[in-house]
Amino acid sequence: MTSVTASTLPTYRLTEEQTLLRDAVRILADERVAPRAAEIDKTGEFPQDLRALLGAQDILALPFPTELGGLGGDLLTVCLAVEQLSRACATTGLILAVQELASLPLLLAGTDEQQARWIPRLASGEQLIAFALTEAEAGSDVTAIRTRATRDGDDYVISGSKRFISQGSVADLLTVFAVTNPDAAKRHQRLSCFIVEVPTPGFEVTRIEHKMGMRGSPTAELAFDGVRVPAANLIGNEGQGFELAMRTFDRSRPGIAAQAVGIAQGALEVATAYARDRKQFGKRIGDLQMVAAMLADMDAATESARQLLYKACVEINAGSADASRWSAMCKLVAGDTAMRVTTDAVQVMGGYGYIDEFPVERMMRDAKLTQLYEGTQQIQRLVVARALLGKDG
Amino acid sequence: MRIVVLVKPVPDPASAGERLGPDGRLDRAAVPAVVNGNDEYVLEAALKLIEAAGEGEITLLSMAPTTAPETLRKALAMGATRGVHVTDPALAGSCAVSTATVLAKALGELEFDMVFAGIDSSDGLGGIVPAAVAAHLGLPYLSYAARIEPDMSKRTVRVRRISATGYYLLEAPLPAVIGGTQALGEPRYPSLKGIMAARNKEIVTRSLADLGLDGASVGGAAVTTAVLDNRMPPARAATEIVRGTPAEGATRIVDFLAERRII
Repeated sequence: MTSVTASTLPTYRLTEEQTLLRDAVRILADERVAPRAAEIDKTGEFPQDLRALLGAQDILALPFPTELGGLGGDLLTVCLAVEQLSRACATTGLILAVQELASLPLLLAGTDEQQARWIPRLASGEQLIAFALTEAEAGSDVTAIRTRATRDGDDYVISGSKRFISQGSVADLLTVFAVTNPDAAKRHQRLSCFIVEVPTPGFEVTRIEHKMGMRGSPTAELAFDGVRVPAANLIGNEGQGFELAMRTFDRSRPGIAAQAVGIAQGALEVATAYARDRKQFGKRIGDLQMVAAMLADMDAATESARQLLYKACVEINAGSADASRWSAMCKLVAGDTAMRVTTDAVQVMGGYGYIDEFPVERMMRDAKLTQLYEGTQQIQRLVVARALLGKDG
Repeated sequence: MRIVVLVKPVPDPASAGERLGPDGRLDRAAVPAVVNGNDEYVLEAALKLIEAAGEGEITLLSMAPTTAPETLRKALAMGATRGVHVTDPALAGSCAVSTATVLAKALGELEFDMVFAGIDSSDGLGGIVPAAVAAHLGLPYLSYAARIEPDMSKRTVRVRRISATGYYLLEAPLPAVIGGTQALGEPRYPSLKGIMAARNKEIVTRSLADLGLDGASVGGAAVTTAVLDNRMPPARAATEIVRGTPAEGATRIVDFLAERRII
């Protein structure tokens, strides 16, 4: 007599567990998220109701280990959930993607005590966490960060400002990168990473950006004026911040790729339904070859991006030495695909695609951000090219 | 309360439907397998009873090829406690009589108050396995159950069977075998927690030898009936769906009929 407990048969397809999980999130996205998407975009208000839903349905628990109250989902599983949510509403997909992104330094380098202190409430969805790296003058060039963290007794005192921080105004915890070693021999050894619990004296949300898309997700400017955090909130070692940020991106970029694939899939489905229904010249417009070819290209491109993403997740999860390349490639391909597919979806639908009666114009605006954040497409190409060419000399 | 639910992996009806190989046996590689629809309904009924009782366990019992554990995963994710998977190369091509013999033998090793089964399966539609299992075990069989109400203190179970004018109320002593219909109520979709928890649930595998059965007496070597063919209904001509207000719809339909000189 033998017992089978693992559900992972050696297969290139998704496992039964992954399929079930994807479908569970898809049903939830169709029934509860999609009906809210247009309103979220219109009002630009962060959907607290959907954030609560993701918590109650254990979707926010996916990226976290079971011993800390999570569901222990692997990277691909998390991405399947982000994809399905984003297919209905990219802003909602981003809630999960950011929760994972901003927790990664804590998961990668946090001590057991630090993880036990913060992770359970992130897994339950009781608290949100945001990733505060970017500054007005430090975007693609992370080493240009000017926010300072100065040691003072048992505390660090943080001063400076952060810009373009996704969900920065609704988070309870911030993963903040600041300069602790301004005189370090190498620029990338100047940074350290901290968890800051907010609100706290000296911390202020100074601006919410008015964005073209992803409008329900608040993008905040944050000011730190002598914010004190205990030294116990330092994640990893002093000077390890840059390395932690880069290792985080290796695992977080697939989340944005998943968001992009979800947006593309959503737009493809809307355009396809429209092409089936809309009649011109006495036939379905989908039967006009020029439209049919566009839809076929959109489907092929979306599926290609999806397969690269899934493969990247598996490679990164397996500890591939090539993780940076996989993560940059999948984000690059998926972001560009989402932009092209959503643009074509608007084209297929003509004037109807351009108005807010249909969701594709929103999807097109949302897609643009996937080419910009978590490293612009140019940065992704830089990462891939470096992996390809190696260092000179 | 201990309930065994008989579960059959069937070709996904939402997919291309079932296909038979040249030997008249189901081509299982052609179409992905899912849990038989009616079995999900009786599992849902079992889950609700356990939840209402605040105690109990549900064992899934399946006679199926080696790939079945993947399919059973969904039923475990819905909330079943464990699975028992009877599999043996000699069982390929079994008829309903063999299936019932094997399931009854496997049930002999389990402790239960009730055995639930879907009233039939979407891939064979014989609908006799639950009855034959009950006959093998000498247990009462309550078929076409639309509602199941056990009374554990009296060791009885009542079942409603929908009739043309209302319903019959049937009662039998426990243990009993119950065949349920979709009137039991829509099965739940597994929660994320349930899906991840299913990972660690046990599926015990049993061969014919483990059950003390002989490959010559059951399975492909002992079939009593053979399926000769399964045929698709002829394709319908293209349909046109008219949408719009009733007035617009009426105008379009009249125009349509007039164009064809029907009116």
